[in-house]
Amino acid sequence: MKEQETADVGSLHHQRTSAVELKGTVFTLPVLKLHSTDLDAIEHELKVHLARGLNFFRHAPLVIDLAAVEKQAAELDLAALAGILRRLQLFTVGVRNAGPWAAERAVAAGLAVLKGGVTKEEAKEKSSAEPPVATEVLRRRTRIIHHPVRSGQQIYAKGGDLIILSSVNVGAEVIADGNIHVYGSLRGRAFAGVAEDTGARIFAQSMEPELAAIAGNYQVFDEPVPSSLQGKPAQIYLEEEQLVMAPL
Amino acid sequence: MSKVIVVTSGKGGVGKTTTSASFAAGLASRGHRTVVIDFDIGLRNLDLVMGCERRVVYDFVNVINEEASLKQALIRDKVDNNLYILPASQTRDKDALTQDKVGKVIGELRESFDYIVCDSPAGIEKGALMALFYADEALVVTNPEISSVRDSDRILGMLAAKSLRAIEGDEPIKEHLVVSRYSPERVQMGEMLSLDDIQELLGINLIGVIPESEEVLQASNSGVPVIRDERSKSGQAYQDMVARFLGEDVPMRFLEVEKKGFFSRIFGA
Repeated sequence: MKEQETADVGSLHHQRTSAVELKGTVFTLPVLKLHSTDLDAIEHELKVHLARGLNFFRHAPLVIDLAAVEKQAAELDLAALAGILRRLQLFTVGVRNAGPWAAERAVAAGLAVLKGGVTKEEAKEKSSAEPPVATEVLRRRTRIIHHPVRSGQQIYAKGGDLIILSSVNVGAEVIADGNIHVYGSLRGRAFAGVAEDTGARIFAQSMEPELAAIAGNYQVFDEPVPSSLQGKPAQIYLEEEQLVMAPL
Repeated sequence: MSKVIVVTSGKGGVGKTTTSASFAAGLASRGHRTVVIDFDIGLRNLDLVMGCERRVVYDFVNVINEEASLKQALIRDKVDNNLYILPASQTRDKDALTQDKVGKVIGELRESFDYIVCDSPAGIEKGALMALFYADEALVVTNPEISSVRDSDRILGMLAAKSLRAIEGDEPIKEHLVVSRYSPERVQMGEMLSLDDIQELLGINLIGVIPESEEVLQASNSGVPVIRDERSKSGQAYQDMVARFLGEDVPMRFLEVEKKGFFSRIFGA
């Protein structure tokens, strides 16, 4: 979205002489790690993930990681998988950790074969490692926002905590893979722990959210928050799949 | 150094055009060369409020399409030589505007005016985005009601994300809050949001509070910016607002419910 805007303005100032320009740029792309070659199972699980109400991955470019299914590569119909993903509004750009046979199939299905990133050996180690360790490693970057988050704005802290040093207004969305801290009023929607982190929490100086969610468990606040918590510092955390709001 | 100021709100009918007309007239009356542009292509109103609707020959879209020069399209105000109006087209739509063409016109106006006031259409679509794109400062007009405040919040987000200053990473647009149609009586009765509520919700600097009054309607209908009606509270409130914009320290007026006078207290209202 932002990229698009910038490009529009750019074209104001630069008169291009050639029709195209090729440049190398680094992108961070979401990776879909396959643990199975069963297309029905993959589709079902993806639908469950996408149905959690978060739209970050809609229209996202996606790389399929084949490291964990290397041995069953012959059973995998990459073209059909790309079709399923497309129906779910995910755009597959390529595969990685593909063996020679899978690489050939990928090219035939119109997918790029990506090199680099995590090597096969690393991927194998990681996939056998405990998941909590992996989130621990990922949870590092904290995003700090100094201005109010206004209606219609959406802020996502990928791989870390989100700290808002102002208010989150009605109609705004704040999202984090980790915790969310709001040092003003939280009046909009807050999604913490969207990377499956059930231990994530939401903190606010004044807790009046429209909706709060932790690791996909959400609650709408149709009724105003209890008067004991009205305008007071509070936190929201997950206890047995139920959101709990408590004073700080 | 010329300044581009957008008058915007998100919501319609809150007083953008009234504020644009009075703000521009106020700046001009203090000796600043000022032009006010109507960005509401297809629904032009500013010329009516400024009382120059019968003098519109060429409009903003003609200038954009290079069918007329700026000089031909600019209308000088009847009473103030410092004030010019660039009217909107009534027959075209907002697609006639493009970012680079609007930029060219604004660039040209910057050469001969101190202040360029852009009267934004309602909404958050193309027309409103065009009006705010080149702004240096913004007057965000809000009524003391929740839907108006919410829409202003949305437009503030747009100012912070979609303006040229935001995209180029320059110093952000300076935002000023104008609360119009303010009625102390109705605030006291709890029918309207209070100033504190609005400021708490929007978190920007308050530059003016315009009381609800009949003079605004009368002035609009007779084609005179209400700021020129020196007896009306709204006119005085706009004068104060212009003074504050120019850096003067003027206390807010007309915020309290008027106390009844001696006679009306004795004889009843």
